[in-house]
Order: sequence, then structure tokens, then C-alpha cells
Amino acid sequence: MLTNLFPRAVTDFIFGERRRPRSAIVAPSVPGALVEVKGLSKRFGAITAVDGLTFHVGRGEVLGFLGPNGAGKTTTMRMITGYLPPDAGTAVVAGYDVLKSPLDVKARIGYLPEGAPLYGDMTPKSFLEFCANVRGLHPAGKARRLGMVSDLLHLRSVWLQPIDTLSKGFKRRVGLAQAILMNPQVLILDEPTDGLDPNQKHDVRTLLKEMAGDKAIIISTHILEEVEAVCTRAIVIAGGRIVADDTPAALLRRSRLHNAVAVTVPAEVAADGEAVLRAVAGVAAVETEVGDDGDETVRLLALPEAGQDIAAAVRAALTKAGIPVREFSVRHGRLDDVFRSLTIPHAVERAA
Amino acid sequence: MHHVRVIFKRELAAYFASPVAYVFIVIFVALAGGLTFHVGGLFERGEADLRPFFQFHPWLYLLLVPAVGMRLWAEERKSGTIELLMTLPIRPAEAVIGKFLAAWTFLGLTLALTFPLWITVNVLGRPDNGVILAAYLGSWLMAGGFLALSGIASALTRNQVVAFILGATLSFVFMMSGVDLVQSLVRGWLPPVLAETIAGFSFLSHFNAIAQGVIDLRSLVFFASLIVAGLFINTIVVERGKGA
Repeated sequence: MLTNLFPRAVTDFIFGERRRPRSAIVAPSVPGALVEVKGLSKRFGAITAVDGLTFHVGRGEVLGFLGPNGAGKTTTMRMITGYLPPDAGTAVVAGYDVLKSPLDVKARIGYLPEGAPLYGDMTPKSFLEFCANVRGLHPAGKARRLGMVSDLLHLRSVWLQPIDTLSKGFKRRVGLAQAILMNPQVLILDEPTDGLDPNQKHDVRTLLKEMAGDKAIIISTHILEEVEAVCTRAIVIAGGRIVADDTPAALLRRSRLHNAVAVTVPAEVAADGEAVLRAVAGVAAVETEVGDDGDETVRLLALPEAGQDIAAAVRAALTKAGIPVREFSVRHGRLDDVFRSLTIPHAVERAA
Repeated sequence: MHHVRVIFKRELAAYFASPVAYVFIVIFVALAGGLTFHVGGLFERGEADLRPFFQFHPWLYLLLVPAVGMRLWAEERKSGTIELLMTLPIRPAEAVIGKFLAAWTFLGLTLALTFPLWITVNVLGRPDNGVILAAYLGSWLMAGGFLALSGIASALTRNQVVAFILGATLSFVFMMSGVDLVQSLVRGWLPPVLAETIAGFSFLSHFNAIAQGVIDLRSLVFFASLIVAGLFINTIVVERGKGA
């Protein structure tokens, strides 16, 4: 056809990859890693969006990619998926280097780009068929696979409706259907639950957990509860660099409220209670919060020294001092606080 | 080739998914007919041929082909679907070729729908149908040249209006490069060889020969290589424009 009109030099330039030897498989430097990011960097003019990012994601892992807006999450995902060329570094996906064998990488990734862009003039059916055709799914498997993803993401009711007319939640799910269509080894999802209602969010999280077993999944999100709910690991980036790489539980332990004890006592004994708590070994500080029922009670918050478990000691001390306790609870800390403490110093530094 | 075919099918369907395609076809056919009878004077000439019809094609294409080509890439960039397209396992050149072929096919279809004119001259007299067929093919080839230029313009921006104006301007420059207006500007300071080369890029000169039924191999090669070069540049522009 038309390509035959191209001079050889031109076809080599455009189609050269086909002629390259197929020995492009790179052995993972970390055993079992499906995605390896090696020193990825990207600059846009004077702004360094991603600055030497290095991490890897193994089979069965669900990596939460966190960071404030503009931290470089989307840019990193775009470089891993071969959409943007990095300024330095590379990514290896399922053994293929994205710079050397972009098509092999793209064939192994299911990707939901930021904002879930879709062809609005198509229906979910025609759009997913298009994706299946491009990816070379043969006709027999195609019908089965399309039926499967439409059921998984509850798209049956809008199957033949133009995508432009669908609600935000449906659009997002069509985007997700496209990403999981080929049951890829690697899933990269940029804010997969954005725009979904709580029930749909729950469904998508369940789906991700079910699929996690034999895949490497990377999701970016602003919703920290999502990280606790589905991720086996979380990377926090700020200013294009990794500021934390840990399990969600370990990140929680960084919260100053982790294992803090909250005690609600009647207002008249608040001062005594505070003194008692201060005397307990392992308590770093005591703060007071206004109780839920106004002036009658006071909530005392005992913050532990790092790594200390103070609940039992606090309870014993209060009993011994004879202070009546209306409510007693152990706090686990919130990922929000950890996120803020990790990323705000960076924001200040950048603004300065 | 498989990927080119898949892209081609999607794009062609996309044209007919909106009323724009039908509006375009109606406008093109109506303008072509109106110009032929009222300006070209098909009846008054008293000759059974379609020269009054074909002579307006460059001017029609100048406005209408950029209108078809403007959405090719600008729309993908605006809606973000280019990220979807470029992270599918296809080569950028395959997407460029598939999209071009779809738009070119659409233009061919529109051109074919002017067949009542051909019937008219056959009813009125005995035209040389070989000449008419050659002129149709030449016209379609020229439309491909305009389309290749419009495709590049579309890949340069995310705004379809800008793409249209850019495409029309680019087309105008190519169309008019052989005309005295441009040549008199150029001949003063360029060596004659270069001035001749610029004249050689003129759509008008190439097409006038074709419209008279003279199939000059040089003109065919000119339009074909213009399309190929256009697609090549288009691919590079698409690659560079990603994410910007």
C-alpha cells in the first residue's frame, strides 16, 4: 500500500524497530520486578518535573503513587508508558526497555491516562472493539473479553450509547475497561476512581485487589483512604523526587498521632488527668481538645514517644489515680498528616 | 498494515458519526455545481466536457480540505485522546497514514458524489470520458496534496480554528507558487533555478494540465511525493507535539 512509496531510508527511520533484532529483553536487576524505573528525569523549560526517579514494582504489588498536584506523578506515568520521552533514565517493563522497544512495552501495559480521555463519538462497544483490534485480539477471544470487562465494570446498560452522553462515572469505567481489556501484566492507572461515587469506588478497589495477584499495578491518587484500602506499597513524591517509599502501615507509623491515646474526662478533673498522663513513662506530650459535648468534658490526647505503646500504662495510671474516664481510644494516626508532613516542607522549599 | 486498517476504519466512521460530514458533502457538491454552471458557464460554452467543473477544484479544495483536515490531530490533542492513541502498541506513522487515508477516502467519496455533472454532459453530448476520468483522479490526487498539508497544520496545534487557518495558508502558498504574483516577488532576488523550483511546487500549474486530460507523469509524481513527504513531516510533528 502507501508505505511502499516511502524510500527505504524513510521506512527504516519510521519502521526501523521491526528490523531490529528481537534480543531486546533486559534481565531485571531486581528479581521479580515487572516495572523498573531507572533514574527517570524530565524537564519542561526551567521546571524539573521529575528528578532522577528510581523504583521498581514487583508482581502482585499494588503501588500507590502519591504526591501533591504538580509533583510529577502523571509525567512519570507518561514516561513509563512510552508517551513522553524522558530527558534521562529509562523504564523497563516486563523485560523491555521503553526507549528501545516501545511497542513491546505498550503491548504489555494497560494504561488509564489522566482524565480518562475517550473518543466521544464512539460507543463503549465500538471503542473497546477498536482497542481490541489495535491490540490484535483475535475475533473468538474478543467477544468473550468484551463481555467480561463490560460485566466487571457494569457497562451493559450504556453499551450502545455514545460516550459523549455518558456520566463521568461511566466514562471513567469505560477508560478502566480499556486498560484491563487485554488482562495486561502491568496496569498503570492515573486516578482510577476520580469522579466515581462511593459505591463505584468500592467496586473498582475490589476489582483492583482481585486482579493484583499476577500483575504489577501502579495507581496515582489523591484519596489517601484508597491507599490504605488497596495498596501494598506507597511512594510519596514531591518536587519530582521520592520522599517516602513504604507500606501504608509503615507510613502510618510515621504519624505523630500513631498509637496516641485519647481520653475523655469530666471537665472538673481535666487538670488532674493531664498531670497523671504526663507522668506516665513513654508519653512525650499531652494536648487537650474540646470534648464533643461542649464544656462538660475535655478530651486529653497523650502522644507517645516514637515507637512506644502507651495504652496499657495510661489506662493503669488513670485507674490508679481514680479519674473517671468517659471514653478511651487509641489513635492510629492518619495518612493525611503523614502526607502533609512529608510534602509540605518540600512545597515551602520550592516556593522559597 | 493491520494497524493502519484499524485506525482507518475508526477514523472513517468518526466522520460519519457527526452531521459535519453530511454538511460538508452538501456544501462541496452545491458549490462545485454552482460554480460550474454560473461562473464556469458549462452550457454557454457549447462544449461537452467538464473543464468548467474541474478548473474550480483547486479553489474549492483551498477552503474545504483544511476544514476536513483540521480535526485530524488538533482534536486528539485537545481531548487528550492522543495519549490513548500513542500508548497503544502502534507506530506513530501507522496512525498518521491511517488517519490520512480515512480523510482522503472521505474526500474521494465527496468528489464521486458530483457524478450528476458527468451524467449531464453525457446526456448533452459526447464527451471524452477518458479525459473526465483522468481529471477526476487528478483532482483526487491534488486533494491528497492539500490534505497532507492540512494534516501537518493540524498536528501543530490543539486548536482546530488555528489548524484550519494554518492549513489554508499553507495550501495557498503551494497553490500559488507558480503564479506571476508570487514569481515576480521571487525572481528578483533568487537564482532562476530556485525560482523555477518554487514554480514547480505550484498546484495550479500541475493541476491545469491534468484538468485538460493531460496526464503528465511529473505531475503525478509531484502530488504523490508531496503526500509522502507531508505524511513523513506529519509523523515527526506528532511525535514532537506529544504532551506539549
